[in-house]
Amino acid sequence: MTRWRLWVPLLLFAGFVGLAGYMLTKPKDEFVESRMVGKELPYFALRPATQDRPGVASADFRSGKPRLLNIFASWCLPCIAEARQLEALAKAGAEIDGIAIRDRPEDVAAFLRRHGNPYRRIGADDLSEVQLAIGSSGVPETFVIDGRGRIAYQHIGDIRAEHVPMLLEKLAEAGS
Amino acid sequence: MIAELGLAALWLAAALAALQLVCGALATHAGEGHDLALLTRPAAILQGGLAAFSFAMLVWVFAITDLSVKLVAANSHAMKPLVFKLAGAWGNHEGSMLLWVTVMALAGVLIAAVERRLPERTMQATLAAQGFVALGFYAFLLLSSNPFERLPIPAAEGMGLNPLLQDLGLAFHPPTLYFGYVGLSVAFSFAVGALVTRQVTPEFARAMRPWVLGAWVFLTLGITAGSYWAYYELGWGGWWFWDPVENASLMPWLAATALLHSAGVLAARDALRAWTIMLGVVAFSMSMLGTFLVRSGILTSVHAFAVDPERGSFILALLAIYIGGALLLFALRAGTVSEGERFAVASREGALVVNNVMLSAVLAIVLLGTLYPLLTEAFDVRVSVGPPYFNPVGTIFVAPMLLAMAVGPLLRWRQDSLGRVNREVALVAALILAALVLVSIVGEVSLLPLIGLSLAGGLAVASLLPLGGRTLRRVPLATWGMVAAHFGIAMALFGMASDSAFTKERLAALEPGQSAEAGPWRVTLDRVEPVAGPNWTALQASLSASYKGGEPIVLTPQARSFWAPPQQTTESALATRWNGQLYAVIGQEAGRGRWQIRLWWKPFVTWIWLGGMLVALGGVLALIGRVLADLKRRSVTRRARARRDEARALVAEPAE
Repeated sequence: MTRWRLWVPLLLFAGFVGLAGYMLTKPKDEFVESRMVGKELPYFALRPATQDRPGVASADFRSGKPRLLNIFASWCLPCIAEARQLEALAKAGAEIDGIAIRDRPEDVAAFLRRHGNPYRRIGADDLSEVQLAIGSSGVPETFVIDGRGRIAYQHIGDIRAEHVPMLLEKLAEAGS
Repeated sequence: MIAELGLAALWLAAALAALQLVCGALATHAGEGHDLALLTRPAAILQGGLAAFSFAMLVWVFAITDLSVKLVAANSHAMKPLVFKLAGAWGNHEGSMLLWVTVMALAGVLIAAVERRLPERTMQATLAAQGFVALGFYAFLLLSSNPFERLPIPAAEGMGLNPLLQDLGLAFHPPTLYFGYVGLSVAFSFAVGALVTRQVTPEFARAMRPWVLGAWVFLTLGITAGSYWAYYELGWGGWWFWDPVENASLMPWLAATALLHSAGVLAARDALRAWTIMLGVVAFSMSMLGTFLVRSGILTSVHAFAVDPERGSFILALLAIYIGGALLLFALRAGTVSEGERFAVASREGALVVNNVMLSAVLAIVLLGTLYPLLTEAFDVRVSVGPPYFNPVGTIFVAPMLLAMAVGPLLRWRQDSLGRVNREVALVAALILAALVLVSIVGEVSLLPLIGLSLAGGLAVASLLPLGGRTLRRVPLATWGMVAAHFGIAMALFGMASDSAFTKERLAALEPGQSAEAGPWRVTLDRVEPVAGPNWTALQASLSASYKGGEPIVLTPQARSFWAPPQQTTESALATRWNGQLYAVIGQEAGRGRWQIRLWWKPFVTWIWLGGMLVALGGVLALIGRVLADLKRRSVTRRARARRDEARALVAEPAE
């Protein structure tokens, strides 16, 4: 083994310590806000992610009634945690469309069978193209879209029970 | 008073760790025969006693639910069953760190009292390193997470323990992993000691190996138990989620597995010296890194631990000092450790090197996947890395490793040719191919499970081949250990592949009297009724499950509500057969007297954990075999020395 190679582990480790130290000083609850909030949805038309629901297109959000757009994935653990709250939102009258990120039809179907299906439509976004275009950086995220196709509000992370009334209010605001 | 006694013992133990460090370091520096060297071993032994005493005091305050102690008030409850009160002592951050240092100190006792094979200077350096590591953890406990802290006013009632953790399996899962981590800390101390004195010898590998083996057995058991716990307690029917906390336990295991095999090469053939040292450092780094990731809350995980950035910084500082220090020492010293014996590619060593490289690659992949979200988050991008990354990328390296694992044990040390074992190799290859073809004809199985099933078949047979042509009674225990462990891996792999290939899932809304089918099972809902336990109430479904029309078995899945703290858990019900498990969960009421019932038929899923246990058993056999062989070797050398002394005395006598 040549001499310089013996230093590689130490250098990698120093990199890790630097990164971890930097991340520890950063406040944890910093979310990446979408720059698209307040703007019109970009054009998209996604194929269906499962057999029993149609796909999603940007035109679907111009019906005049505000809707929720939920970004999720079958492989995402917080998405399991928020399934119950989506169910509650749907029961309270919210119309929810979903976009499944980097997923396979059979996995999405299994996820919905297991954790419930509150969605009217589900589009498949295989390369996160639409996700990135609307300014979402992770799963799950939920957008409130007003009846004219404008993004009114962005909720980052899983929806907890306490967020349900807040989202319903945002929906009502977007409709007025 | 009890808490104060515990705290005092902890301070004293910390002081003794400092003494152990100073004496050991000075003795190492001065060379053989330094007076201070006499203090190192007694300091280590006394330190162990004090740490154990301190831990016993903590268990005591938990047993009597002393609510003036903050930790008890925050984690226990007078109404909790005794066994969970005791388990509560280590089911939290402070208590688990105390358990960690206690086990580490007891390991120190064992080395100080027993290990005499290595040159005394290396031992002094090893004990100094051990004291140094312990000192950091004492400082952590005493300065930032004191388990014996009192409340100014005693609490009226405790907060209770998270109900998910009120489970026997989990009471023993964390200590098991800790034993593993601590065993690796001993291996780390040995590696540092050998590096300081540049005596990386086969004796060093033999002294280190039992600790690595022991640690590896505990890690294997801990991971197996944790996976089974997640499987039946979380009610999702999954057994591995690639969650950061799971990865934190898998990474030390991968490193320990590699270390185990490279230490074997060093012990038998005096090769792979620097590499073994490196792995010794890496294995312990992975344990500490896991602790850091879990405790600092720097990564988001389904395991909600008490998260505290201050503690995170403390562990990171310890990590930087120990691992950074060891890697610096490695960079400075490893160049002067000579390379060791050479060997041909087609040899036992060659196969073990392939195994080591592949294991390290898998380790790197898991590490990268676990840390990647941290890296991207630094650039304000949030990602979640899951099975779509780990499964296929891991398979790329696991598959060749399994092939090396099938062939390696058949090869001879130093130099061999594949031609000598071509019949065995052809047999295994034919088996793997036959399984590939057969499985893909029989059912529609996706690629990864298909590879898994066929490799499992080939490996199962290959792992038994080293026994071929030998008198079974005379096969060494360590070889039995290897065979059992390799066969266990094949079993576990088969279970995993079978679970992902053949699982049948069914979600049904049933009225009492109605039935649903899942695979070969027909399940009838008899009734749903409330039941009560010591600190919970539950809705319990009674299901009659019949396998292929046979005699029905009664299953009782529950949805439990705990009241201290208030939380809901799902208690799945399992019907186990040799060829799989029926997994039943009761969900919510579906309206009009119907209940959601989730059923999974998971063929051969239990083989995952049976395989895991067999792997651990293999480790135990190897450990016993090695220790017995060492004892035998030691008594032989002692007798030889006694005879030599006697002879010398006889020769010397006439001269007087």
